[in-house]
Amino acid sequence: MSEPVIEARGIVNRFGAQIVHDGLDMIVQPGEIFGIVGGSGSGKSVLLNTVLGLRRPQAGEVKIYGTDITKLDAPGLRQLKTRYGVTFQAGALFSSLTVLQNVQLPMLEHLQLDARALDELAMLKVRIVGLPPEAAAKYPSQLSGGMIKRAALARALALDPGLLFLDEPTSGLDPISAAAFDELLVGLQRELALTVVMITHDLDSIFRTCNRVGVIIDRRMVAAPLAEIVEHPHPWIQAYFHGDRARRFGVVHGT
Amino acid sequence: MHYRLDRQDPTLRLTLEGEWTVREVSAIGAALAAVSFDGVTRLEVATAAARLDLSGAWLLRDVLQRAERAGAEVAFVDPRPPALELVEQTLGSGAGPAFVREERPLQPIAALGRTVVDRWQGWLSGLAFIGEAVWRFGRALRDPRVWRPTSIARHVYDTGITAIPIVALIAFLISVIIAYMGAQQLQKFGADIFVVDLVTVGVLRELGVLLTAIIVAGRSGSAFAAEIGVMQLNQEVDALKASGVEPIEVLVLPRWIGLAIALPLLTVISDAVGILGGALLCQALLDMSFVQYFQRVDEAIGDWTFWVGLVKAPVFALLIAAAGTYRGMQVRGSSRELGRLTTVAVVQAIFLVILADALFAVLFMEIGI
Repeated sequence: MSEPVIEARGIVNRFGAQIVHDGLDMIVQPGEIFGIVGGSGSGKSVLLNTVLGLRRPQAGEVKIYGTDITKLDAPGLRQLKTRYGVTFQAGALFSSLTVLQNVQLPMLEHLQLDARALDELAMLKVRIVGLPPEAAAKYPSQLSGGMIKRAALARALALDPGLLFLDEPTSGLDPISAAAFDELLVGLQRELALTVVMITHDLDSIFRTCNRVGVIIDRRMVAAPLAEIVEHPHPWIQAYFHGDRARRFGVVHGT
Repeated sequence: MHYRLDRQDPTLRLTLEGEWTVREVSAIGAALAAVSFDGVTRLEVATAAARLDLSGAWLLRDVLQRAERAGAEVAFVDPRPPALELVEQTLGSGAGPAFVREERPLQPIAALGRTVVDRWQGWLSGLAFIGEAVWRFGRALRDPRVWRPTSIARHVYDTGITAIPIVALIAFLISVIIAYMGAQQLQKFGADIFVVDLVTVGVLRELGVLLTAIIVAGRSGSAFAAEIGVMQLNQEVDALKASGVEPIEVLVLPRWIGLAIALPLLTVISDAVGILGGALLCQALLDMSFVQYFQRVDEAIGDWTFWVGLVKAPVFALLIAAAGTYRGMQVRGSSRELGRLTTVAVVQAIFLVILADALFAVLFMEIGI
């Protein structure tokens, strides 16, 4: 069995007296799309920040590609951060830079490329996420919501990482754009053999993209392949996958 | 090594090895640039031993296109790597640059015209903003329900109360400087006592209010522009408009009124501290007793000396608040605009304050007070 891309064990995160995670485990295997779901305030974003190395947990270890990031020094962490790409909930594009410059920023920071390679590689990333070439010269304030999500994905792909973290990539998109985004993601994941960790609330999106799903419940994570997690007896999971909303979309599986 | 070349004319075999990834692209690209495809009619490519990411695939596509332009036929030994497929799907497999940098020709006359029009429209929108604020202020005077006492109180606190320490410190230091310089010169004529006149009149008429206004312009003018600017970026201003609340009423007027209350109060504090500072220095430097100092202060102050300074404070306050809130409302789109307009707000506020002070000086001289 191959080594997991992410192996987080016994994560404890506390804010004062409030305990967000208490001994949470999360394991992500290479080449899978792993969905993280959980109620509002269950600590999905805190977990993401912990795994990204932006926040040090009070206890536990987080191994990415086999290195424990809670013990890494600053240069090591910086090196590791070039191996994953992240998109944030609201896009978090740099508002004073064009889309192309947004994609080029990590490249300029971490690589030595000549001007032609820089322009063409950045343009390749812009086009590969399905943005029209004209979008490259636009500023984030001139883009629609769907285009911002795509531009954020282009920036996350800037350094050709093997691992992608997406925080609610389809939230705020209409169902058709969301489906197109999912299709794009699955296509990229297949062609580039990416490992994807995705926080999402979008049931459609989960059923379209994820291989495995981790649910944050009672400060821990319950993870299983998609077909098994929907059978999990926990009432929250039952309500999540078998509630009215799920039934209406016909995503409840019966097999 | 990232590749191997086996040449058996007219066939060239390119075997990719190792990491063809984004980190290696510039090194591989530089090495491959020296390879000539002259006389090659068939290029065989073996990719099985290499790991290609998107950047590596882009580089490979570049090499293949060069070979094809040189007249070679490209053949793959292994299945084509998926990353290459993806790049070709995206950019099209045909030749042609994937990206062309946009050239902008220099157009000095058009640029000049655009600047003039922009400036003119800037003036108009500034006037429109002040007009609207004044009109709403007039309405607020008639309809007290529009007043927002909580909000005004907050701004009096933020711009006034919290500024007291720095304003007092600066007033103290300035009066020390005036007294010290005055004493040095006036001692030569034995006119020590006039140091008191210098400090009193200087601080009360001009320096107390002017320096306070400049500090407040730096503190609160920038804060106004930044607060309102971030609200613009977060669409909070749009949200206010959409809920039927006038942004000028809730964001702009309370700041104007708050500052117009706070600045005169700060000026009084600044005046008092300034005169006190003069007293300390006169005692230390000229052996003047406090009693003597304050008697002289009493004589030096005319009927109008204090009021001439104080009457300027609300005017300065309105200028600072107008510059800050107007620039804040202008913020659109990016964090860079926010920074630029905050800077503009402070520079304009200070400029307007000094300009107004000069006009006041002329006015007071003309009416003889």
